[in-house]
Amino acid sequence: MINSLFLINPSGEMFLEKHWKSVVSRSVCDYFLEAKEKALEPEDVPPVIHTPHHYLISIYRDKLFFLSVIQTEVPPLFVIEFLHRVAEMIQDYFGECSETVVKDHMVMVYELLEEMLDNGFPLATESNVLKEMIRPPTILRSVVNTLTGTSNVGDTLLTGQLSTIPWRRAGVRYTNNEAYFDVVEEIDAILDQSGTTVFAEIQGVVEACVKLSGMPDLTLSFMNPRLLDDVSFHPCVRYKLWESERVLSFIPPDGNFTLMTYHVNAQNLVAIPVYVKQSISFFECGSDGRLDVTVGPKQTMGKTVEGVMVTVHLPKTILSINLTATQGSYTYDNGTKLLVWDIGKLNPQKLPNLRGSLSLQAGAPKPEENPSLNIDLKIQQLAISGLKVNRLDMFGEKYKPFKGVKYITKAGKFQVLTITASINKYT
Amino acid sequence: MLSMSTNNLSYNDQGGSDSAVEVGQETTPTSSNAGAGFGLFSTNFKKNDDLKEMLESNKDSLKLDAMKRIIALIATGKNASELFPAVVKNVASKNIELKKLVYVYLVRYAEEQQDLALLSISTFQRALKDPNQLIRASALRVLSSIRVPIIVPIMMLAIKEAASDMSPYVRKTSAHAIQKLYSLDPDQKEHLIEVIDKLLKDKSTLVAGSVVMAFEEVCPDRIDLIHKNYRKLCNLLVDVEEWGQVVIITMLTRYARTQFTSPWKEDGLFDENSETAFYESDEKKTKNGDEKKSYMMDPDHRLLLRNTKPLLQSRNTAVVVSVAQLYWHLAPKHEVGVITKSLVRLLRSHREVQYVVLQNIATMSIQRKGMFEPYMKSFYVRSTDATHIKSLKLEILTSLANEANISTILREFQTYVKSQDKQFAAGTIQAIGRCATNISEVTDTCLQGLVLLLSNRDETVVAESVVVIKKLLQTQPTQHSDIIKHMAKLFDNIAVPMARASILWLMGEYCERVPQIAPDVLRKMAKSFTSEEDIVKLQTVNLAAKLYLTNSKQTKLLTQYILNLGKYDQNYDIRDRTRFIRQLIVPNEKSGALGKYARRILLAPKPAPVLESTYKDRDRYQLGTLSHTINTKASGYLELSDWPAVAPDQSVRNVEVIEPVKEWAPSLGKTGKSKLSKSSDDKFYSDSGEEEEKEKGSGSSSSDDSSSRSEESSSEAESDEEKSSSQSSEESDKSSSQSEKSSSESDSEQKKTTKKPPQKKTVKPTAKDSDSDENGNVAKETSSSSAEETSSGSESGSDADSHSGTECKKKTKSKAKPKMEVKSTKVSLLKEVSLLKEVSLLDLDDFTPTPVTRPKMSVLSPSLLGDLEGLSLSNISSTIQVSGPAFVPEKRHDLLHRMTGKGLSAQYQFPRQPCLYQPTMVSVQISLTNTTDHPLEQIHIGDRGPTGLDMHCFNTVECLLPEASVTVSLGVDFNDSTQAANFQLCTKEDQFSVSIQPAVGELFLPATMTEQDFRKEQGKLLGMNESSATITMAAENTTRQPISRQVATVANLGVVPSGQDNIHRFAGKTASSGAVVLVTVELRESSAALITINTEKSVMGPMLLRDLKRALTRA
Repeated sequence: MINSLFLINPSGEMFLEKHWKSVVSRSVCDYFLEAKEKALEPEDVPPVIHTPHHYLISIYRDKLFFLSVIQTEVPPLFVIEFLHRVAEMIQDYFGECSETVVKDHMVMVYELLEEMLDNGFPLATESNVLKEMIRPPTILRSVVNTLTGTSNVGDTLLTGQLSTIPWRRAGVRYTNNEAYFDVVEEIDAILDQSGTTVFAEIQGVVEACVKLSGMPDLTLSFMNPRLLDDVSFHPCVRYKLWESERVLSFIPPDGNFTLMTYHVNAQNLVAIPVYVKQSISFFECGSDGRLDVTVGPKQTMGKTVEGVMVTVHLPKTILSINLTATQGSYTYDNGTKLLVWDIGKLNPQKLPNLRGSLSLQAGAPKPEENPSLNIDLKIQQLAISGLKVNRLDMFGEKYKPFKGVKYITKAGKFQVLTITASINKYT
Repeated sequence: MLSMSTNNLSYNDQGGSDSAVEVGQETTPTSSNAGAGFGLFSTNFKKNDDLKEMLESNKDSLKLDAMKRIIALIATGKNASELFPAVVKNVASKNIELKKLVYVYLVRYAEEQQDLALLSISTFQRALKDPNQLIRASALRVLSSIRVPIIVPIMMLAIKEAASDMSPYVRKTSAHAIQKLYSLDPDQKEHLIEVIDKLLKDKSTLVAGSVVMAFEEVCPDRIDLIHKNYRKLCNLLVDVEEWGQVVIITMLTRYARTQFTSPWKEDGLFDENSETAFYESDEKKTKNGDEKKSYMMDPDHRLLLRNTKPLLQSRNTAVVVSVAQLYWHLAPKHEVGVITKSLVRLLRSHREVQYVVLQNIATMSIQRKGMFEPYMKSFYVRSTDATHIKSLKLEILTSLANEANISTILREFQTYVKSQDKQFAAGTIQAIGRCATNISEVTDTCLQGLVLLLSNRDETVVAESVVVIKKLLQTQPTQHSDIIKHMAKLFDNIAVPMARASILWLMGEYCERVPQIAPDVLRKMAKSFTSEEDIVKLQTVNLAAKLYLTNSKQTKLLTQYILNLGKYDQNYDIRDRTRFIRQLIVPNEKSGALGKYARRILLAPKPAPVLESTYKDRDRYQLGTLSHTINTKASGYLELSDWPAVAPDQSVRNVEVIEPVKEWAPSLGKTGKSKLSKSSDDKFYSDSGEEEEKEKGSGSSSSDDSSSRSEESSSEAESDEEKSSSQSSEESDKSSSQSEKSSSESDSEQKKTTKKPPQKKTVKPTAKDSDSDENGNVAKETSSSSAEETSSGSESGSDADSHSGTECKKKTKSKAKPKMEVKSTKVSLLKEVSLLKEVSLLDLDDFTPTPVTRPKMSVLSPSLLGDLEGLSLSNISSTIQVSGPAFVPEKRHDLLHRMTGKGLSAQYQFPRQPCLYQPTMVSVQISLTNTTDHPLEQIHIGDRGPTGLDMHCFNTVECLLPEASVTVSLGVDFNDSTQAANFQLCTKEDQFSVSIQPAVGELFLPATMTEQDFRKEQGKLLGMNESSATITMAAENTTRQPISRQVATVANLGVVPSGQDNIHRFAGKTASSGAVVLVTVELRESSAALITINTEKSVMGPMLLRDLKRALTRA
C-alpha cells in the first residue's frame, strides 16, 4: 500500500517526508518534479505517474503537493482519498493547511502521520480518534503545557479505536448541549449568450456541528426527501434506514463534520437567482473594445442576493481597461488579465452595471474566444431547491439539546457565456 | 557523511538558544538551512553530544525536547542515525509521549542499526504480555515494524499469539504484522497463511479489513481460504471501516469471478450493443421467461451484490468506485445502471478523484453508452478544468456520441475548438474526427467544419485539422477533390511538419483527382526541399514517386532533381528511401522485375485508418485499479479471471455452525443496529438482509442506550433507561414486523440456512409474552430477552475460539439455555442489561482501566472465555451455574469526598460482575473525578493497611485532567465477610485513607438452578445453616416482580423459577468460598411473608436476612 509520503511546495522543495515501510530515497520525486516542470499550472500535473520502480500518486491542494510513493497495485482512489484526508486532518488540527503550518508543527504532523497508517494501510483516519491520541494545539493548552510540562500526546489510553463507534470519542461532556445543521446548496450552471440555461444543477451538503454529551442518537428528517436524487453519507448514517424511511439516523461524531452531500433531482427545474446582461465587443478595425455587464435578480424567492461577484478572464491580448461601476468596485490584474467586480448586495431597484472600454495591444488580432463570466453569490436563509428539515429527534440521552438549522444558497460553478459583436471568420 | 553534516548543522543552529519551551518553533530552521551545511563539519560532533546529553539526563522534559528535535530532523529527511544508541536507551521510558517518539525513531532507523535495535526487543516482548490491550497492540506494531531479519522467529511467535488474543484490536494489529513479516522474510509464508486462515475466521469488523489486506499480499491465490468466510465477509461489509471495505470488495470481486457462472450469457445482446439501453424494458420482459430456465444466479452471488449496493452512498470515493467496479464485473448487464449516478456524483469531488473516475467512465462508456448518456452534460468541459480532465471528458463525450445527440455534442465541440488551450483545441479536432467516422450521417458536416478550421489563425489547430481531414478523406473514398485543392492552396501557409506531410501524402494518394495542382506542389517542394523537416522530405519523395508513375511527362525532371537531393541528404532514412524509390520507379537493367510492380506497390489502395478511443482495450484490467489507470500491468496486479463455464461446488461456502449459535444470533438484530454492533458476532450468521433490516429498523433500541450509557460509566440514572426503553419497545415492535416482511423477500437464503425456523420460534414467543404482559414491562421484556440472546451470541465467540471440548460444553449449554429463556420471559424485572450487552458487543476482553469494565472469565478457564451465562464452576455442584447479574444497582457510594480529597473525588459501586482478576474477588468500580483546576497525576493505590485483604489494584492513572473523570476497576477479596477494605488512595502529592464497605449482598454471585436442585441444596442446609423470619410485606411488594426486584437490589442473587405463585426462590454463591446461598420468600395470607435463608456461612445468613427484611417491609 502506501509506502512513503512527501510534502512538496510549489517551488519543488520537499519539506516533509514520512516512510511507513522501508525508506524510499527522495530522488524518486525527480520524476514528479519533471512532470511538474512540464505542466503549465500545478493543477495540470497528472495525479498518477508511472516510474520504473515506483508509482507516484499525488494531489495538489492548498498550494501543496502531497506525493505518495506506491510499489504495488492499489486502487489509486484509495491513495488519493487518503491524501485528501491527510490534508483535511492538517486543516482540522491547525486551522489551515499550508507550508508554514506544517513546518511549525513538524513533530505533531509526523506523529499524526505515524498514527494514520500502519505499514501503509490506514489505521486511524477519524479525526475524533486522532484527537484523542494527539490533542490539537490551542493557545490555552500550549500555555498549560509550558507551565506544567505536560504534552499534547494523550496520556489516558484511548478507547476510540476499540469502540464500536469509531468516529465518536467516549465520555463527551458539554454544559451546553447544541446541535447545528447548515444546509448549504450550490448552483452549478452554464448560461449561454442569450441567457438560457444550458446546464444547471444543485449540489447540497449538510454540515453539522454537534456538541452533545454522552452517546446521543439523532434522527433528522426532511419535509421533502423526494427532492434528493443522489446522496452520500458520513459513515455514521444508517444506510438501510435511509433506504426504507428516508430519514437520517445516526450517532454523530463530536464536533464539526459533513453529514451528507446530495444532488437535487435533475428533473426539477433549477431556479436561477440572477440574470446577467452582458456584451463584450471589439471593433472590427482599430484596437478597441467595449464591455458592458449588468446583473439583476431573477428568481430569489423574496430573499436578497448578497456577496455578488463577477470574475472575468479577459483575453491575453488586452492591454488595458477603463471601466466604471455603478455599484461596488472592481479590480483588475494586468498580469493574469483577471477582472474581479465585487458588487455586494443586489438592489432590485437600481441594477449594478459595469461598463467601459478595453484596449487591445496594438496590432493584435481580435480575440477569438469570448471570455466567460464566473458569478459568485450568496443567499441567506434559503435552500434554492426548497429542501427543508422537518425535525430532529434525539434518543439515548435525557437532556434537551439546543437545535438549529441554517440554510444558505451559493453559486458553485456558475458561468455565463458572453456574446461578441461579430464572429470573426475568414472563409 | 555529508548528509550527517547537514544534519548536524541544524543542531548547531539551535543549540545556542537552547530553550526547552520553544520546541515547536525550533523545528523550522532545520529545513531552511539544509543547503549550507557542508562546511561546518568539524564543529558538529560537539553539538550532537549536547543532544545526547539531553537524552541521558534525568529530566523527561529535556529528553522530550531532544526527541522532538530528532523527529523534526527525520521528518525533513535528514539523517539522525548516529543518535541511535542514545535514543534506544529510552525505549522503556514511563513517559508516554517520550516513548511514542522513541518508537517512531526506532521504526525509522532499526533497519540501519540492527545490532543496537536488538537491545529494545526485550522491552517489547514484555509489553506483549501487558494486560492492557493497547499496550500489547502498540508493542506488536513497533516490534513488527522493526525490519531486522534476526528477530523473525520472535515476530512469528508474537503474531501467532496476538492472532488469538482476546482483543480484536490486537488481532487487527497482528494482521498488519503479517504483511510486515512477509515482506521481511517470505519464507515464513506457510506459517503466515495459517495465521491468516485463523484470522479470516474472526468475526470482528475491526479485523476483517486488515486480514483481507494481509491475504491479498501474502497468498492471494489461496482462494480456498475464503470459501468458508465468504458469507460472513459479505454480511460484515457495511460495518467494516472504509479502507477495509475497499480491500474486501476488490478481493471479493476476484473471488466471485472464479466461483460463479456468468450472469451475462443470457443477456449477451446487451453486451456489445450500446443502444439497447433504450429497449431495455422490452427486452427484459421477453427475456425473463428463458432467463429463469437457463440461468439462476447463485444466492451467494446475489448476496454480494445486494450487500455492496448501499456502499455506493459512501462518502469515501474509493469505496464507491470499488463497488462500481464490482457491479461492472459481476452484475447482470441490466443491473449495472445503478452505479451510474454515484460515479457521476464523484465528478464533483477533488480534481484527482475526477481524473481516476473519468478514466473508469471512459472505459465503461465505450462498451455501454446507454449508462452515461443521460448524464452527458456532466461531462461538458469547463474552462477551469485541468488539462488531463478536459481531455478525458472529451474522450467520454466522443464515446457517448450517437445519431441522436451528435448535434448537441458538435455544438459543444465548437466552443472547445475556440479554447485558448490549444492542446485541448487540437484534442477536440481529433474528437470531431472520431465522431465523423463513427456516425456516417455527420461525416460531411464534420468535414466541412474541419475545412473551415483550416483557416484558423492558430497553427496547431490547422495542423491537427489537416491530419484529421487526411484520415477522414481516406475513409471516404468519394469525391472530395475540392477539399484537397483547398488544402493545396493553404499549403504555403502551413508550417507544422506533420500537417505539411499530411497534405503531401494526400496529394500523392489522390493525384489523379488533382492533376493540375499536384505537379505544382511538387515544384514548390523541390525548391524548399533542403529546408524541410525529415517527415516532410519523406513525403515529398513519395509524392514525387507517385507523380512520376502517373504523370511522368510533367514531373520527370522534378522527380530526378528531388531524388538527387535525397541521395545526399544527411538523414540515412531519407537516403535509403531515395535509393529504394529510384530503383523502383526509374527503369534500368538491374531492377527489371520489381519495376513492373512499382505502380501496384506505390498506388495500392490503402486501408483507412480506424479512429478509435485509446480506452478501447483498457477493460482488460480490472476497473478502479492502478493498472487500469496507467494502462500497464502494475507490479502485484492480480488478474480477474474469466467466468468459469461451470460453477464450482457451492457447498464449500456452507459453514458448519455450532447449534446454539445460529439459533440465537439472528434475533440479535433486534437490539443491535448493524452500525452499532460493530464487533458483535451476529453478522457472521445473518445470511440475508433480514437481520440488517431488523437492526436498522429498531431505530433506537435499548441496546444503544445501554451500551452508550455504559460507555460512560454504566451508572446513569435509571429513569433515563426507562424512558428510552419504552421508546424502543415501540420501535422494536415495528422492526419485528419489518423483519418478517423482509424475510419473505429473501426466501432463497432462508432455505439454505437450516437454522432459521427455530430461530424464529425463539424470537416470537418472547415478543408475544411481553405483549401480553403488563404494559409497563413490555420494554423491559424485550430488552432483557434480547440481552439473553446477545450473550448467547457471545458464547458462539468462545466456541469458535476454542474448539476443544465443544461436545461437553454444548451439553451444558443446551441445558442452561432453556432455563435462561424461562427466566427471561417470566421474570420481568431484569431490566438492567447494559453490562451484559456491552460484554457481547466488545468481545469481553478489555480489562484495562478504561471507563467500562468488561469482565472476562479467562482466569477461570480459558476455554470458557466470555461464557458468562453457561459457566459451570467445578468447585460447586454441577447443577449450579453462575449467571449474569439480574440487576445492577446504580447506587454509588462515596469513597472520597472532594473536600477531603483536595479536589479528587472518588465514588465506588459494585458492577456485580465476576471479577476478572481472580474468581474469588468482588469487582468494584471506582470513578475518579478531578474537580480541581489542575491535572492530578499518578493516582494509584498505596498502602493497604493492616487488615490486608487481598486486592487487585487498578493501573496507575498517570494524569487526570481538570473536570475529567475516569472509571477504574478493582478486585477485592472480602473473604466472605463484610469487613471493610481499607487502603490508601494516592496522588502524586497526597495520600487519602479510604475504605470500601461492602453490603453483604454484594459478596454473592448469582446462580441459576432448577427448582429440584434448589430443593436438594436446601435440604443439605438445614438446622444452624438456616435462618428465617416472618415479616409483614409492604402492600406493593406482594407480587412477583416487586419481590424479585427488591431482593435483587439487596443482594446479587439469581432467580430460580418456581412452580408455585406464592413462593419465590433466589440462589447464589459467595464470591470467595463459593458457598451456596439460598433465599426463599414464601407469601402467607394477608401481607405476611416468611423469608428463609439457607447458607453454611452462618454470619452472612442473618445479615442478609436483616437487609432483606428491611427492603421488603419498606414501602
